[in-house]
Amino acid sequence: MTAMTTGAPVTGSTRADTTARGTATGGGGPFVYVMLCLLLLFALGPLVIFVFSALKTQSALATSPLSVPWTPHWENFATAWQQANMSAGLLNSLIVVAGTVAGVCVIAGCAAYAMARLELPGAGTFTTYLLVTSSLPTQMFLVPLFYLWTRLNLYDTLFGLIVVYWGLFSPFATLLLRSFMLGIPRELEEAARIDGAGELLVLFRVILPIAAPGFLTIALVTALASYNEFLFAVTFIQDSGKLPVSTAFFSFQQGFSQDYTLFGAAGVIMVLPMLLLFLALQRRFIEGVSTSGLGG
Amino acid sequence: MLAPGQVRGTGTTPRSGAGRVSRRRGVIAWCFMLPLIVINVLVVLGPSVFALYSSFTEWSGIGAPRWIGLANYVELAGDSEFHAALWHNILWTAFFLVVPMAMGLFGAFALTRIRRFRLLFRVVYFVPYIVASVVTAAIWQNLLSPDVGLGKVAGLNFFGSTTLALPTVAFVNNWAWWGFLVVVFLAAMQGVDPHLYEAAALDGAGPFRQFWSVTLPSIRPTFMFLGLMTIIWSFLSFDFVYVLTQGGPAGTTDVLSTLLYREAFASLRAGYASAIGVVMALISGVVVAVYLVMRSRKAWAI
Repeated sequence: MTAMTTGAPVTGSTRADTTARGTATGGGGPFVYVMLCLLLLFALGPLVIFVFSALKTQSALATSPLSVPWTPHWENFATAWQQANMSAGLLNSLIVVAGTVAGVCVIAGCAAYAMARLELPGAGTFTTYLLVTSSLPTQMFLVPLFYLWTRLNLYDTLFGLIVVYWGLFSPFATLLLRSFMLGIPRELEEAARIDGAGELLVLFRVILPIAAPGFLTIALVTALASYNEFLFAVTFIQDSGKLPVSTAFFSFQQGFSQDYTLFGAAGVIMVLPMLLLFLALQRRFIEGVSTSGLGG
Repeated sequence: MLAPGQVRGTGTTPRSGAGRVSRRRGVIAWCFMLPLIVINVLVVLGPSVFALYSSFTEWSGIGAPRWIGLANYVELAGDSEFHAALWHNILWTAFFLVVPMAMGLFGAFALTRIRRFRLLFRVVYFVPYIVASVVTAAIWQNLLSPDVGLGKVAGLNFFGSTTLALPTVAFVNNWAWWGFLVVVFLAAMQGVDPHLYEAAALDGAGPFRQFWSVTLPSIRPTFMFLGLMTIIWSFLSFDFVYVLTQGGPAGTTDVLSTLLYREAFASLRAGYASAIGVVMALISGVVVAVYLVMRSRKAWAI
């Protein structure tokens, strides 16, 4: 399933192109474009209005909420940056995302290698176990985990949150990487073994370079998930200096100031890094995330 | 995948040596698994087992749990807040099975029908999905605000009304969600054999007929799987309710996960909260089981 979907956007699009050409019997006419543009407006409109609101004064927003800010007030961004404590929030998020991605790549990389390439006894059972635990409701283990983390002094630390994310995101990453590694021809590593390479050398010299696109995919999916995650972040981090950007933004919104222009500016600041990363690597992003929707 | 390696092993080395080699490789394999297993037991399995245990206890979270048998579950059965939350989850599920699924199917099918700008549309539809839930909430709070937004124009308090709050929160969640479905459905639809469409067109089938008779049956595995995940995710939904309404006004948007959260961390009834968590796990378990039975009955190839 996973391999099929991962391949689909590349091989499938050319096929579907011929389909559209072959059967555009009134189906591909202006009606379709109008509907697609309406959906486009639905997706983009609220975002554009949000950016507009970030560039207005409060009184301008109150009198004309939807209008274009012809004289943009860029200083809202500076104010929001300070008041919402965005520099600390973004730094904390950077630490959390980097730590989560690095850890998940190591944990899932080792496990996927064992499941796909070493003769792991009971690999099938373990795959099922991973599927089951990754569909378990996180709320079920949230409460005991919280009190466990308090006992282990991991509560209210960025490292504690990172470890939680390792646990949450590594099962899916393992399944995805496993199916990726299963696709690597065995002849390559057999050749290296005949040349006298050990397990580690085979892993680092043969498997990892070929599996690099798979690692990039799980890194992107994990980065997006850990940057945007809210439930565990709001539960496990309380110290205002340690808040990642999602909960820093939330507490700014819950705070005394009810200035929608500043909420807009802070929100744009939070979304911008992920948006740029997405636009730069959108094909791989979409492949990875849509595979996650298919559950491996 | 185990078989080929073992065959090769016996081919190159004497039989007794092969057994030792494969046992040694088995040990190495489990060493590679160790980080995943340790983390999984620590974060997921251990706390889940403890949650199951503590659902049979009275536990504040700090002291020692006291065994009370099924008392938490008996209390849940008569708890009107729990009934309301469960009902809201059911309404939520119905909404997510209809609205985003329809938008996703329509968007994806329309995208297979056009020649130009398909990639552009796909990217733009996907953008709301990468916006963090807290920011999505802020976007719609701004837009619908009764002070400065559409709420003022329409004279409605979308998040403050007992009748409008739940559909509004679901609508906001859907805005962040439907583009994801377009992308996944599109990937599935692009795998459909184009000859089927050509044959259908020759038989005089229009676009709607083609969608119904060719596309939908061809993507049924994806369709059923996303339906299954929609039900499971709908029962876990937390972020938007928590950020937008905190379950209010007057509990009209309370769902199981926000109720659980409040019982655990505001009322300090961790045992009772765990019982809610176990019920949520049971619901997803039943949904998955029904799905698996249906799949094996109808022999859907997945």
